[in-house]
Amino acid sequence: MTATATATPVLSLKGISKRFGAVQALTDAEIEVMPSEVVALVGDNGAGKSTLVKVISGVGPANDGTIEWEGRPVSIGGPRDAQRLGIATVYQDLALADNLDVVANLFLGNEERHGGVLDDIGMEARARELLQTLSVKIPSVRTQVASLSGGQRQSVAIARSLLGEPKVVILDEPTAALGVAQTAEVIALIKRLKDRGYGLIVISHNLADVFEVADRIVVLRLGRNAGVFDAHSDSSEDVVAAITGASDSAALERERARIGRTHGEKEVQP
Amino acid sequence: MSTEDPTRPTEPEDPTKAAGAVGELAIPLDPRLMVRERGLRGYWDVLVQRTKAGELGSMPVIVGLVVICVVFQLLDSRFLSATNLSNLAQQMSAVGIISIGIVLVLLLGEIDLSVGSVSGLTSAILAVLNVSHGWAVVPSILAALLAGTAIGLIQGFFFAKIGVPAFVVTLAGLIGWQGLQLTVLGDQGTINFDFNGGIAKLANTFYTPGVGYAIAAVVVGLFVLAMIVGARRRARAQLPARPLSETVLRAVFLAIALFLVVWIMNKARGLPLALVIFGGLVVIFDLILRRTLYGRYVFAVGGNPEAARRAGINVAMIRITVFALCSTLAAAGGIMAASRLYAVNQSSGGSDVLLNAIAAAVIGGTSLFGGRGSAYSALLGILVIQSITNGMLLLNLGTDVRFMITGAVLLAAVTVDAVARRGREASGRA
Repeated sequence: MTATATATPVLSLKGISKRFGAVQALTDAEIEVMPSEVVALVGDNGAGKSTLVKVISGVGPANDGTIEWEGRPVSIGGPRDAQRLGIATVYQDLALADNLDVVANLFLGNEERHGGVLDDIGMEARARELLQTLSVKIPSVRTQVASLSGGQRQSVAIARSLLGEPKVVILDEPTAALGVAQTAEVIALIKRLKDRGYGLIVISHNLADVFEVADRIVVLRLGRNAGVFDAHSDSSEDVVAAITGASDSAALERERARIGRTHGEKEVQP
Repeated sequence: MSTEDPTRPTEPEDPTKAAGAVGELAIPLDPRLMVRERGLRGYWDVLVQRTKAGELGSMPVIVGLVVICVVFQLLDSRFLSATNLSNLAQQMSAVGIISIGIVLVLLLGEIDLSVGSVSGLTSAILAVLNVSHGWAVVPSILAALLAGTAIGLIQGFFFAKIGVPAFVVTLAGLIGWQGLQLTVLGDQGTINFDFNGGIAKLANTFYTPGVGYAIAAVVVGLFVLAMIVGARRRARAQLPARPLSETVLRAVFLAIALFLVVWIMNKARGLPLALVIFGGLVVIFDLILRRTLYGRYVFAVGGNPEAARRAGINVAMIRITVFALCSTLAAAGGIMAASRLYAVNQSSGGSDVLLNAIAAAVIGGTSLFGGRGSAYSALLGILVIQSITNGMLLLNLGTDVRFMITGAVLLAAVTVDAVARRGREASGRA
């Protein structure tokens, strides 16, 4: 974290507000992610995590706020805008077609063609290469996705998001409903992505996973930022307190001040 | 990775992979996973695994066909005679072509109940244009096909854009297009084609033995060529390829099957043009489904419409065009049926055409639940349906018994599909 403190964030959102009718889903929320950094986005149900992710991925643009991409202000009005910038999102339901094999799923919507017909051989070769560089362990790229384990399916969905050569990858609950070994598999994959220079935003409910993989932890509570924590030095009690609101009011202010002292001005709420 | 364990399917043992390009995939594999081991043994293992997991594919239908042939042959020795098989080939082509369209719609997980009426209506259009208005053969056939396409576009629009369930849209079509058919035919009720005219020739042309064998030889040749080109390209891309033995075996099987069919047909009247058209359409649609972007999208929409939508696939467009293709194929089947009967009448496309077409697709192994199936199931399924009908006609069974048996076979086929689906769910492959 300290190494990148002076660098420009690849993606930075400030003062994001989002209303659904009478409901103020996000108020003045902010998040930023550096290259080669894993930012965990945590919060209770209804805290606004998904809404914030939808703002980033263009599915549900914000009503207010500024988004900066590599230091330049940009607007994300739709999913295509986000993709063009280099933001890839892997949703919790993965959006894989179970009846198709791994290759077909990886290239779904971006198929390569060879004289009018599908270039299955070229796609298979690229799929192998991609999965190999990510060390994703899959018995055969011609396996139907339906017969893969949960971790393998998650890995395929993540690998698929990388085909568009993004710089930021958003993972929505990547380890939910996974077993111990599969969770480890996915966490290892996230770490490899970090090492390859991607900026990652990971939504998770599982604090153990969050502390294992994240560099920074952004807590949302009732649509507002409730603190930014350093996963390497802060304790999970602090994070839990921020999520549940136990540290509200004076306690929260002290916490913010403490973080500000530890990690520099930019992480303190204005 | 324990290479001593011979039962474990091990893709990494493939020599082409030793090149190192994919070395990192060489991990100990879960033996329960379906990885195709090279060689016949591997085929058998995969077959056993798939059966257990409910991936039955075309196996039940092949078993069913053998049973049907044995039973009817025992009951009546004329069943497997060349003359009868030739009749069978001619009879099944019309509904078989309609069934290809049903396969496409079923791949989306939808149903088209209007194909019978559409085939009747379009054949009526064909007859009126060709006989009553004196249009030439080709323009009247094209007009009938286009009428089918237009009907499919309308039905697809109501389903994909308005959101009316396909079941209801096509049920309305089933009734409505039949009414239009009666209007088109007018007071006359029946229109007969010239016995020696171009339309009658479609289903009543039989090739001389030499031409039949030549067609079979060309098909086998193209198949071998495609296999060789594919294997070369895979080798160049350093991907595991089928071993030569398997290629040869498949080519030999195909050659035996095709030449056997032509030989039997030649013993009767020769290879029927209708069978060539039907077989050609099956192959073309199989290639479209497996090798083109469009086919891939059809499978994707059938498997997970939401995933397809998020991948940027125009789901509504795929749905509308599939319904258009289905109705066009229904028109083609209607034309073929009219040609075989030399006539179009008020009951053309009625009675059991629709149910036989749907039953054929399902019996052939295309799932009613979408995303699983192949164009070949139309061929296999119609073989079963038509064999049963044909065999019972040979035995002089009444319509009552035929309907009951056909219904039972359909129920059995759908039951197999539903049970297989449960098996897939149990093994996490649904």
